[in-house]
Amino acid sequence: MKKYYLGIDLGSTTSKAVIVNEADEIVGRGITNTRANYKVAADIAREQAIYDARFNLIEKRMNESMANKPEFKTYMKDLRSVFQYCQFRRRMDSLADMLIKTASESTHPEKETIVERLKTIIGIIRPQMRHEFIHEGLGSKNQFFRDIVSEKYNAEVGKMEPKFYEPLMLAFDKSITPIENEMVEYNFKELVLEAMEILDEKYKGLVDMQEDDSKEDWYYAEMNAVKNGYKNIDHTLRSHIEDIANEEIYIAKMVGTGYGRALLPFPEDCIKSEILCHAFGAHAVFPNTRTVLDIGGQDTKAIQVDKYGLVTSFHMNDRCAAGCGRYLGYIADEFGLSLNELGPEANKAKKETTICSTCTVFAGAEIKELLHNGEQKPDILAGLHKSIVQRAMSLIARSGGVKNEFTFTGGVARNEAVLKYVKQMVIDSYGEVTMNIHTDSIFMGALGGAMFARRNISADLPQGTLVRETGGAVN
Amino acid sequence: MATIEVIKERSMILQKEMIEGLFNDLEKAHETGKKVCYTFVPGNLSELIRCFDMLPVYPEINALQSAMRKKSAAYIKEAERHAHSEDVCTYVKCDVGMLMKGNIGPTGQKLPPPDILLLSYTGCFTFMKWFETLKREYPNAKVVMIHTPYQEGGKMTPEMVNYMVKQMHEEVIPKMEEVSGIKYDENKLKKILQYSKEAEDWITKIFETPKHRPSPIDAYFAGVYYIGPINIGFRGTPEAVEYYKELYNEIQERIRLGLGPVTPEGEMKEEKFRLVVEGPPNWTSFREFWKIFYDMGAVIVASSYTKVGGVYDLGWRHDPEKPLQSLAEYCMNCYTNLNIPQRIDLLTKCIKEYGADGYVTNSIKSCNSFSAGQLAMMREIEDKLEIPVGFIESDLVDPRYFSYSNIKNRLESYFQMLSQRKMMEAEETH
Repeated sequence: MKKYYLGIDLGSTTSKAVIVNEADEIVGRGITNTRANYKVAADIAREQAIYDARFNLIEKRMNESMANKPEFKTYMKDLRSVFQYCQFRRRMDSLADMLIKTASESTHPEKETIVERLKTIIGIIRPQMRHEFIHEGLGSKNQFFRDIVSEKYNAEVGKMEPKFYEPLMLAFDKSITPIENEMVEYNFKELVLEAMEILDEKYKGLVDMQEDDSKEDWYYAEMNAVKNGYKNIDHTLRSHIEDIANEEIYIAKMVGTGYGRALLPFPEDCIKSEILCHAFGAHAVFPNTRTVLDIGGQDTKAIQVDKYGLVTSFHMNDRCAAGCGRYLGYIADEFGLSLNELGPEANKAKKETTICSTCTVFAGAEIKELLHNGEQKPDILAGLHKSIVQRAMSLIARSGGVKNEFTFTGGVARNEAVLKYVKQMVIDSYGEVTMNIHTDSIFMGALGGAMFARRNISADLPQGTLVRETGGAVN
Repeated sequence: MATIEVIKERSMILQKEMIEGLFNDLEKAHETGKKVCYTFVPGNLSELIRCFDMLPVYPEINALQSAMRKKSAAYIKEAERHAHSEDVCTYVKCDVGMLMKGNIGPTGQKLPPPDILLLSYTGCFTFMKWFETLKREYPNAKVVMIHTPYQEGGKMTPEMVNYMVKQMHEEVIPKMEEVSGIKYDENKLKKILQYSKEAEDWITKIFETPKHRPSPIDAYFAGVYYIGPINIGFRGTPEAVEYYKELYNEIQERIRLGLGPVTPEGEMKEEKFRLVVEGPPNWTSFREFWKIFYDMGAVIVASSYTKVGGVYDLGWRHDPEKPLQSLAEYCMNCYTNLNIPQRIDLLTKCIKEYGADGYVTNSIKSCNSFSAGQLAMMREIEDKLEIPVGFIESDLVDPRYFSYSNIKNRLESYFQMLSQRKMMEAEETH
């Protein structure tokens, strides 16, 4: 039986899981938002990693028969997106029930009307979600259930009578937490088949679809290829589904890491420091790495590693989390932007406004003042991004500086403006060094954890915790 | 085993008696007519104070003891209410707050006001400002300040010694005579210094015992108790000599039995890591702080903090034959008066001779004397010895600046890093 190793990185903002095989190759990765119930967050991340592993296995097998067919790639991308929709749809059903229940049980004098408004909102956002997942690839945008649903919900509440704003928001706040902290079990095969049915409808419908000027020509070319070839893919896929769904992904060992690691239901020797895991993961992907900068949700780590990927020294922010992912989240809220829009917006800047405040809360006041004084949004954002990178650089200096090669990891490494300033400042202070940034930078801690699991953790799997009763096999 | 515990208790009983005796004497100072001298631990002139039959009060010791008894938060709040900024040294604020709340010392007894404020170490600028504050509170107290040259050149020159001795003759001794009404008696001082030298010999031997494996003591967390008597006015007394002799014998017995250090939760079973620590400990969460180390099997084999009241490792002792010169040298030879290369050399020597696996810096928000240069020292030690280094941040006596989870997180990572290193080394040797 093939053995797999799981690493779970329970961060302050997101929980990540990575599964590696015996050759340290990543076979699956999963991510979700961290929530009050850490175990649920860890379980969901692990489930996502296992689904991802199954999809990867499917793709690998089908690649043999479907090599060089671009429509296959598009179909699989769509399938993953719709697969996620199928999961979210179930959660949406539970949320809808909970919203109605919460509103019905409230003491608000107009609760009947509120329930009606809720039904209207739910009636709008459900098909919206479906449409975006099926036709606009929402599944590939790395957004979590909470983010998607709250964005749509807020938009609809904004259209309602102002007097219902408070009770509607209250109903959402009260309902989302229990729903999010509930572990929902899915059957992979059932969900994939369901997703394929939905895709069947989509591609059938493509025949009658009117051309839309807003879409580029390549979109229709690709769609036409899928439209003509999807039955073939569908057929081949069905022949593999049964096999893959039944394939045991046996997690032989696992390691938990991250800010919430102590709360993971793992035995003590299955828990590793995130500093060691991030360094190990980064070093595995870029073996010449000597300095790692990791900016996560709540902390920034500057880590020096040796040729084996072992940590020789590290420094972390101690008194303040300004400059970490959460700070960027706060800034995004202040500007009414999504986190993904921050970097591109900052990169439109013509100059960098000087930001004095190193405190997250004060920065909010400073932004308002600067906007009032006529400073441009992109310039302010550029200044903010620069200031957080300056903080990270000071931490790097304290940890011993940048040594060649330099690897930047963590969720914040996805922000292109941060990236720009990191590159600029590293070159300014330390000269030309090789700088590594990976699209999977957010998974480095979990990857390091999985690799440690494969290496030196000899403990047996904990009973009745993350791994199901099927003796290590999952789904 | 029962015998050992009895023996162990004897040194503790001796220390307890000595400290209780001092605070009782202080409480009765007004009745007995004894004069009271407030002074600081680094570069303290305890022998001279004793020579004039005065009683010493050490404000920073009171502050740290208040913190260990969970009283410092209220004192600091009181000082801040009186406009002492958040950035002021928390020892100062704790002391000032204690004074404002009635000057009840850590033992619950009232402390007498000072008759003299003796500043014998100027390496810490805060000390000067601290006494300026106390001077305003105690306008009747006489103030004596002696300037201690910093060992910028890495050594004490005869000129530096002469400069200090001159200040003693011209400033310190006349004022102490005036306040105490007692004439300076050099023969008396020589006798006191003989006891100092003996106590210093013993404490040096004690702090050498962690060279054994397992180390019989923790030279930081237990070390701070061991330095108590020598730092708070008992240096120069037969009681201190007896205490250290007793302690040394107890430790020897532990070595004979192959025992590890005693922790608040009993004896440490397995020595996994041997560390050298730089910087003072945190006092508000002292037990929790210590526990993080002993839970991981980490023992501190040497620390810079235990040298804060005197560096004896390199052979320096008080010399009864050169009384004032040796007092001058003592002031200049306290740890924080050494220049940065000297500190690096001293710590390097400790790491090598005590077979340390790692070097940890506890950076104190409040303390400029210790914090200045700490990072540079750490980097140099790391480069020179290729030893894993760790850096944590806390504070002396302000509980707001001790983040248990942050420190635990950093130290856990550090210990895992040390384990990895040990594993790698073991693989390489096989």
